[in-house]
Parts: sequence; structure tokens; C-alpha cells
Amino acid sequence: MDRRQFFKLCACGATTSAIAALGMMPGEAMAAPREYKLLRAKETRNNCCYCSVGCGLLMYSHGTVGKNSEQSIFHIEGDVDNPVNRGALCPKGAGLVDYVNSPNRNQYPEVREPGTNEWKRISWQEAYSRIARHMKDDRDANLIETNEAGTTVNRWLTTGMMTSSAQPNEGGFITHKFARATGLVAIDTIARN
Amino acid sequence: MTNHWIDIKNTNVAIIMGGNAAEAHPVGFGWVSEAMQHNDAKLVVVDPRFTRSASLADVYAPLRSGTDIAFLLGVIRYLIETDQVNHDYVKAYTNASFIVREDFEFNDGLFSGFDEETGTYNKESWFYELDGEGFAKVDPSYQHPRCVWNLLKKHVDRYDFDTVSNITGTKVEDYQAVCEVIGSTHTHDRVATFMYALGWTHHTKGAQNIRSMAMIQLLLGNIGVLGGGVNALRGHSNVQGATDMGLLCQGLPGYLKLPNDNDVNLETYLRNYTPVPLRPGQTNYWQHYPKFFVSQMKSFWGKYATKENDFGYDWLPKWDLQYDYTKHLDMMYHGQVNGLFVQGVNCINSQPNRNKVLKALSNLKYLVVLDPLATETATFWQHADQFNEVNPASIQTEVFRLPTTLFAEEEGCIVNSGRWMQWHWKGANPPGESKPDAEILSGIMLTLKQMYKDEGGKLPEPIEAIKWDYHTPSFPHGEEVAKELNGKDIATGRQLDNFTQLKDDGSTECGCWIYSGCWTEAGNMMARRDNHDPSGKGITPGWAFAWPMNRRVLYNRASCDVNGKPWDPKRMILEYTDGHWHGIDVGDFNMKLPPQESAHPFMMQPEGVGRFFALKMLAEGPFPEHYEPMESPIGTNPLHPNVVSNPAVRMLPGVKETLGSNKEFPYVCTTYSMTEHFNYWSTHCRLAAISMPETFVEIDEVLARDKGINNGDWVRISSKRGAMETKALVTQRLQPLKVNGQWVHTIGLPRHGSHNALIRKSFTCNVLTTEVGDANTQTPEYKAFLVNIEKAKGI
Amino acid sequence: MSAQDIILSSGTSELTPAAQVRRKVAKMTKLFDATKCNGCKACQVACSEWNDLRAPIGEFSGSYQNPADLSSECWTLMKFHEFKKNDKMHWQFTHTACMHCDDPACLTACSTKGAIVQRSNGTVDFDSDKCTGCGYCVSACPFNIPRLDPIDQKAYKCTMCADRTQIGLEPACVKTCITGALRFGTREDMLFYADLRVKQLKEKGYANAGLYNPEGVGGTGMVMILHDINQPESYGLPADPKTSLPVKLWQDVVKPLGAVGIIATAAVAIAHRITVGRNIVEEDEPAAYDHSHDDNQKSDKE
Repeated sequence: MDRRQFFKLCACGATTSAIAALGMMPGEAMAAPREYKLLRAKETRNNCCYCSVGCGLLMYSHGTVGKNSEQSIFHIEGDVDNPVNRGALCPKGAGLVDYVNSPNRNQYPEVREPGTNEWKRISWQEAYSRIARHMKDDRDANLIETNEAGTTVNRWLTTGMMTSSAQPNEGGFITHKFARATGLVAIDTIARN
Repeated sequence: MTNHWIDIKNTNVAIIMGGNAAEAHPVGFGWVSEAMQHNDAKLVVVDPRFTRSASLADVYAPLRSGTDIAFLLGVIRYLIETDQVNHDYVKAYTNASFIVREDFEFNDGLFSGFDEETGTYNKESWFYELDGEGFAKVDPSYQHPRCVWNLLKKHVDRYDFDTVSNITGTKVEDYQAVCEVIGSTHTHDRVATFMYALGWTHHTKGAQNIRSMAMIQLLLGNIGVLGGGVNALRGHSNVQGATDMGLLCQGLPGYLKLPNDNDVNLETYLRNYTPVPLRPGQTNYWQHYPKFFVSQMKSFWGKYATKENDFGYDWLPKWDLQYDYTKHLDMMYHGQVNGLFVQGVNCINSQPNRNKVLKALSNLKYLVVLDPLATETATFWQHADQFNEVNPASIQTEVFRLPTTLFAEEEGCIVNSGRWMQWHWKGANPPGESKPDAEILSGIMLTLKQMYKDEGGKLPEPIEAIKWDYHTPSFPHGEEVAKELNGKDIATGRQLDNFTQLKDDGSTECGCWIYSGCWTEAGNMMARRDNHDPSGKGITPGWAFAWPMNRRVLYNRASCDVNGKPWDPKRMILEYTDGHWHGIDVGDFNMKLPPQESAHPFMMQPEGVGRFFALKMLAEGPFPEHYEPMESPIGTNPLHPNVVSNPAVRMLPGVKETLGSNKEFPYVCTTYSMTEHFNYWSTHCRLAAISMPETFVEIDEVLARDKGINNGDWVRISSKRGAMETKALVTQRLQPLKVNGQWVHTIGLPRHGSHNALIRKSFTCNVLTTEVGDANTQTPEYKAFLVNIEKAKGI
Repeated sequence: MSAQDIILSSGTSELTPAAQVRRKVAKMTKLFDATKCNGCKACQVACSEWNDLRAPIGEFSGSYQNPADLSSECWTLMKFHEFKKNDKMHWQFTHTACMHCDDPACLTACSTKGAIVQRSNGTVDFDSDKCTGCGYCVSACPFNIPRLDPIDQKAYKCTMCADRTQIGLEPACVKTCITGALRFGTREDMLFYADLRVKQLKEKGYANAGLYNPEGVGGTGMVMILHDINQPESYGLPADPKTSLPVKLWQDVVKPLGAVGIIATAAVAIAHRITVGRNIVEEDEPAAYDHSHDDNQKSDKE
């Protein structure tokens, strides 16, 4: 169909709809609501990531975990079974789907090298190696093994860590082990904020 | 929270002060609505701003930001003077009758033991007078002049209505209305709950703000009962868990202490942190400290933790100073730090004094940012107009930006404010190559382990020993770590039922004692989803798991009298009848004991009672006292002009010079969150950005008129530390207050400005804020600092 | 729901055989209790989320109210009103969305058959497939609710989440409401509940509390409990909304006459198309209106 034909068809359509508009057409399908959008969606229980009320969420995703398909979350609403929120969510919670699918999500490991003005994509292994190298160099140079009184103190003050208050406890425990095993003392959370 | 969200529905009076639940914890506020609708509860809101919480309040009273202690001590004075005190409760369950040492004093704003030079207290005198057996002396008749009750009466006597009004700016009639509603709950059949958040912690005396309120609750007999309590509304979804996990500079998981230089060996350490009882017959629960600690060391170092090496005690780093982020950032600023890991925190927007943070980050050799979002912290080296004026070429920091999953893409447990440990499930894969934090840190740790193995290096032992024996060491799964947190018997491999089974001989392993019981042989207790509420009081024992022991209301022994009879039959949590305890919640005491022997409900304290007099626990005194914010709009303290602000505040070198005076910066600025946004996260969420697309500043009509500022005009706000431009919202919801003979204007500054998100580019409020923090917690004084404001041309 | 559920349709005077004759469909009503609302905007966001609407990211315009107005991409808007009365501060919030009038002016004004319908449960719904974008509904609505979309030039508004209500769920706004300010149920139940609540408010000292359910439009499918029923204006609501006289005349008198005119216009348009040629913008031109509207936000992102 070329452009000209297309426009002719459009014009034709316009005419019929104008006629229909005047009630001159025979009976036709009446407005039906759109299809309920959660049909065949997978439902997963979760909790809101924002404040500490701990509202229950139901997350809805399409797609299977099949070989060639990826699940994606397209709707999140309150979990009516959760006694703390009984299905309700605040405006932040009600908009969570846009947080999960934010265009500003980081996608892959990147490095910005000293003095440059750009990100460079790197592999996870490269990220691990380069970070571990920084850590080891700093730790080997600056770990304080004993204090002036001769007490074993094993502290590493020249590197610090601000830790997450949204990751699950399990990640928090791994973080704690990571920090204390290397000798970090200066760890903190935004709990102090 | 000593209680939990749903329990708010059981209250008669909800006081929202030092918080704004309707905006910052909206669904939690839903339970206030529930109490108002179904329990005829009254809502009291005390806030410098007429907030969305205030919009539904029965009683609203404005106060000047930073004067909460004066307000609350005045309430205590009122309650004592009008005898609206729950005397049965106070006598049985508080330290009112305890006798304080003779050398304790309070004069002209200072407690005994102050050292001008160091700005710290020698707290020796802040203690009970002990008898020959080491027990505190008591006088149940309150006759002794130095019993806590009499000291308290004397201490609060200065806070009469006029004095309070003169400091806080609250009109006497408004203040009286608040006092009366609170006082109405001193009877056994009425109860009040206080809901607070950062509005109390963001002050140089934040911990004392909260203590003042807790003292009121003790006076009224409102702790440990349904509908009562001391209810901190925590900020982030798992900040409770992060705190439980000890992710603080002086902490270990489960509120154990990271050793300091004085804890020279394990024996000394355990002695220092295992308290002895201060009264006869105490539970003194922390007596079990060695069991919690040794079991934790087994979860840290596994087979490498042996009796011979003190269970790896020496591998733990010891602290000599409090290296909280303010201190560490200051070190960074002075070039003493090389590396920083930033996990899910937008430091440059969230931390005080942005200009200092920017300079500090620029001094780093390496910065590792783990975050699901592209934050301004990761791009601190990037020029962004007036919002981030830097030259990338001059910044030599190597920055790694590692994409992490967020809640929807990972499994695990987060802990809400009511201590509910709720398990959640993964709904989809994360975008691109994002990974959970635990997997990323494992990747780095395993690489580091290998490097030490290959190259040797300084103190490789703890890095070799750290227990990483997960099924897939490169990605410890949530379920596996959760089991580790619960703890097990090492010989049999059986999961423990709860922390009463822990041992101090290395035969049990437990990552976090308070969590024990969350994953037993019966499975994952946190994943339970039975919302049945048999009592109708909001105790849902089958929903998830509440630490400790699935207990929903802490200190619940205090809900009944010494003989085990509920103070209020309608609020029965536990009751002793027919020779045993029964009730609707897990008792917060040894339920095998008869009531008289368990009548010390605050069993974590060595004297078993609630403290009006806080002993040596806090930096600035055993009683709260009104001190002005570090930047005071009146420049004096009407109570004691020689001690204006908190004398025990930590002042890092050079920071004093960053504080402004009321001459140059006459207006009080207070920062806060709004309903539509969550910090700097939801600025990346389109729906949230639509509902609040830009930040602004709120000013009262009088000030607006004086300054010629119209609604919607651009204004420039400046503090001693920086300046920013934004638009003005002129509102009647803020009002000037008459304080100490002068009018004080409050400026309200929401905190959600970003320049790298979906909302309109804007400054963050932390361009203006000060890093000076609470004397105990070092939480910065975000809620009360001085600024100036002028009409501006705009961006 | 099906065509049988439609009891009124625009562009025709004939009534569809009422479904309730067979199914006894109850009239449903949304109750907004302004005395319980704290303006959190959860309803507003949940509406956009469920209905896949994303209004442009606007700018601060002197109020918490954002977006500034309803639009084809914003069907529910929380409106903010602050004022002082007897030295007492009031901050009132209005859940602004379609009122689902029993006698809907939009439907009366619409000349396109089936573009606006009223379902047997009382909700008024727009069928965008049939909408011609004439805008009559926009100007006829006494509550100023429907909006034309700048791209497809069709009218949009709240559907009372017809896709949810058809399977027995409450609308998304009601589900998410945290304070219980929004409820949804049969008209009978909601009026009963509202009556109790108004009595309760009067006992609490709100002597003028009352239910906003204006008769001028035959009552509304969203009723509102107000602190002061004598001052609906303080909520931004019209005191006495009704279908305007011209709209009524249009439906009953002018429209039949106008039909002839429209056919003539259409014929001229077709003639114009065939004889003169097209007068359409190049198809590859960008859309006249960019919904994302975030150009300056994203410019410095990698």
C-alpha cells in the first residue's frame, strides 16, 4: 500500500466514523473495558525498599524463565495479606515499578580513570582485580598492627566503607565480614543520617 | 520501635513529634488513622511546620526547631506538679527510688565532672550509691533527697509554662493543650504512643530528645503496654537490619561491641561488656554476652576460631576513636584516606556540607560505588553546571561504578521498624550485568584472598581465616547466610531453636544472636505468611518473625503489675493465673519464673528498671537539658547564658570556623523529606518525579513580605558553608515564633534535590548543612541550622 | 462487563436494555472522605501506575499540587487548599477525578454514538476508539474533568478502573489509600457508611459536616464527605454543579439539526481531499508533543 492509498483509506474511515457518530450505523460492539492487565502474569511477594514500615508488595512480571525469555516486572501493588499495609501503599510505593525500571539503572561495571572525563566499561573480573589491587596496596602500606602500648589493634584506617541500608541482612552480614576481615574500622551506615 | 506498626491502633493518644509520619511513613500513619477511627484516639502533632500529619491532628502546636527538650521537660514538670503520674508503675518499674551518689551535681547548665579543655565529662559521679554488696541503694519512700525522683523533680522545676514558651516559641495555650492530652494517659486504662524519627535525631542532642520522651512514657506507665511504647520510625527499609548487623564503626552484629584499645585481650573484653547486676535477683540478660560473642566469632572465622587463639579475637580491628562517617570524611578531607567503598549511599547528596564532601572525595585514590542507580556520588568528578563545579582533569580518583540489584531482583530478609524480619523473593533478573552486593563483595574478597596467597602481605591471617565456606563462595545465597545468622550446633549441624542454646565454648556458631530463631530446624520462620490475629490486637504471631524470639511488644512484662495482673484487662498481653503465664505474645522475661521474681521488665539493664537517671550512658548528662542548636537564632541560652549549646559536642579541628552566627544568618533552616520522594532514590523514578518534579523552599508570609518574595520566585539561600538557589513556596503553614523577645522565622527545605535524575536539576539541601552532630551518635544537625535568604534571579 | 452492561450511551437517545434487568447489577460508588485524607497522593500515583499514564515531568509552580492540572495522562490529581479560619490552620486535600455523575453532562453533550457510556454499575466511561476529539465533553463537564490528549486529540478521564471493577476489584486509587479516606462499594453501602461518618463528625464538633452528592447532576458516583458541606468551594468543588442549559438544548434540539451540517462538512472534506490533495504534516515529523519531556534532565547522562 503506498502513501496515497493509505490516505484515501484514512479519509474513507473518517467519513464512516462521522456517519457512525450520527447514529446512522447499525449496532456495533460497545465499549468494553480493557483486558485486566494481570492476566497470566507471575506474582512474586516482596517488600517495599523505601521506608521501614515494611509494606508487603505483589510484583507482577511477564515472560517465563524459559531459555529465550526474560522476566520483566510491569506492575507492583500492595499485598493485601500483609497485615502491616493490607494492600495499601503510599505514593512512593505505588510508583515502585518506575524505580525498578528506571532509565538511570546502572547496567555493567565501569571505571573512570584518574583525570579522565568518561566511563569505561569493564568486565566483572577486571573490576574485582583492580579493586583488590587498590585494597591490598593500601592495606599493606597502612594497616596498623599494634598501637603505641603494644596492644594488637589490626586496624586499617586509610580505607572506609559506607554501607547500604536497603540490602537484605544477609548482604549486610557478608558486608560486615568483608569489612572486619580486612581490618576496616571506619564503616558506617546512613542510619546516622 | 518497642512496639510495632499495627499496635498503634491500640493507642488512645498518638503524639507525632520529631517526625512526620503522614509524609515519611505514610502507611504507618494509616494505623494512627485506625486508632482515631476505631479507638477514638487523639492525634497530637508538635512540629515547626504544619505538616500533612498536622492536617489531621486534633491538637497541633508549633515549636522552634531544636527546642524539643525544653518542651518535653516542661511536660514532665506539668505531669509531676498536677500529679498525673502512674505511681504504681513508676514505683515498681523505674529507678525513681534509686539513690544517686553524693558527688553528683548540676549547676548552671553543666553536670559534675566537666572538663573545659577536652569538652568531655568525667562521668564517675553519674551513678547510684552502692551498698557493701555492690547493689544500688534505694528508698521506696522517696524521702531521700538524692533519690532519682527528687533529683528529677528539682531538675525539671525550671521548665514552667512561661520558660518553655519563651524558649520554644509555642504559645502557652497551645502548650497546655498538648500537656493535657498527654497527661490524660497516666491512668491504667489509657495509653499514649510517641512516634518520632529524624526530627529528633538530627540535632546535637538527638539522643536526649528521645530520652526526654522515654521519661514521659515511664512516668505515664506507657512502656511495655499495648498501644504505648517508644517508637522510632526508622528511615530505610532495612536500616533496622543494617544496625542489627552492626554496620557501624564501633559495632558488631547483634549490638555487640567492636573492641577498642582498652580491651587488650578476650578476657578483658568480655569482662568489660558483661555487666554485673545492680540489684538482687536480676535477670541481667547481658550476663550472657560471652556466649553471644564467642558464637559470633565462630561464624566469622569458622574452624580458625579456637579456644587457643581466643576465638580469633585479635583479628578483629580495634578502635581508638569513633570513626563514624563525619570523622572519616574529615580525615579524607585532610588527605589521610586513600580508599572508600560506597554501597547504596549517595554520599555527596546525603552527607552534610556538600562542598567539604566533594573536596574529600577528590582526595581519594580509589572510590568503589556499588549502587543500582547512577548517583551523583559516582560522578562527583563530572562537571555539572553550577551544581557541581569541578574540573575532571584535576581529580585523580579512580572510580569504579558497580551495578547492583535492588529489592525486586534478590531474595532475603529486611527488618522493618517493628523488628519484623520479612523474607522476600526475587521477581525478575536485574538489568544488564547487575549483581547482588553479596556477590560483588565475595568476588572482591576471593580475589583478595588469592592475592594474599600468591604474594603474601601484611597480616594475611584474617583474610585467609574469614569464613567464606558457602556452597558457592563467589555468591553466598541469602538462605545460606540467613541460616548462619540463626546459628547452629557445630557438632550436630542442627539449627538452633533460639539464643538460649548458645554456648561460650566454641561449640555453637551464630552470626547474630538476636536473630536466633529466625531459621530453625523447622525452616525459614521469616517466610511465614499466616496473618491470623487471634487476639484482635494486631499481634500476628504467624507472620514472618520478630526479633527477639518472635516477640512483638518489647518489655511486655511491664504490661502487668508485680503480681502478674494486667494493669488494664482490655490490654492484656500476658497474665499470671493458675500458676503459669499465658497471653497473646512471647513474654519478654523468663516465663518459668513466678511474677514477683520476674518483676524487673527492663531485663537488659543490670538493675532491671527503666531509667529516669541514665547513669553514664550518654555523653552530655544523666538528665536531658535544653541546649541551643550549635547555630542558635537567639545566640544565647535563656536558662544558662554561659552554656549555650551542648557542651559535650565533638568539634573537629577547623569545624568551628564553619559555623555561622545569627547576625549574619538570622533564620532557622530545617530540612526534611516529603511524601512524594524517598531521599535521592525516587528522583530516578518517573512516577515520583511527576508527582513532585522539583525541590523548593518553604517560607512564612511575614518573611516573604519583608523580603519581597512572591510564591514561586527564585531565592538564594546561604549558610556559612555554601549557597544554593531554588524556588520559594510562600505558605501560612510556617509562622514566625516569638522566642526570647524576638521573632524567629523558620525556613523549610526539602531534601530531594538532584542534578542527575529525572526531576528538574536542582541543588541538594546539604550544600548548606553542618557536619556537627549529636554528642553520642554524631548524627549531624540537619534540622536546625542558620541561613539567610534573598530574592534571586534564578537558574 | 459487556455491551449489556451499558445503560446509557452518547449520540443516541435509545437506552440499551438495562443489564440489571437480568443481572441485578448494583450501583457502585466511590466515597472520598476528605476528613480522613492527608494528601499523600498515593491515589494519584496508583491511578497513573495502573492505567499506564505518565504525565510530563513538570516544574514547581508554587504548590504541592503536581502535575499542575489533570490531563489525558493524569486522571486523578490531589489538589491542595490551605487557609486560616478563626486563627486555626487548615490544609485540605481534594481527590480530584471523574465524579461519575448519574446524569452525566459529558455524555449528554457528546454527539458520537457510544463514545461515552454509562455502565449499569453507574460508572461513566469514555471509549477512545470512538471519540472524535470534538471536546464537547470537556466544556460540558461541570467538574472540569475530561481532557483532550495533545497527540491523539481524544478525550480521557478516570474510568473508575473499569478493568478492575469488572472482575470485582476496587479501583487502584481505593486499594492504595492508606488512611481509609477512599472506599468503594455499592451505592447503598457507601451512603449508609457516609451517614454514620457524618454523624460521628458532628459529634466531634464539625457541625456542618456533610456529604457532597450534588443533585444537579443526579447525584455522583463519587461522593465526598466534607468538613463543611456549606463550603464546597474550599475544596475547589462547585457549589451547585449541573448540566448547563446549552448542553441540554444541544442534546435535545440542536444536535439532530446539526447532523445535516456535519454530513455536508464531511462531504466537503472528502471533496477537498480528492480534488486538492492532502494537507497533512510529513509523517516522519516527530510527535507534536513529547511525553517524556525530560530533554534537559538527561542531557548529561552517559
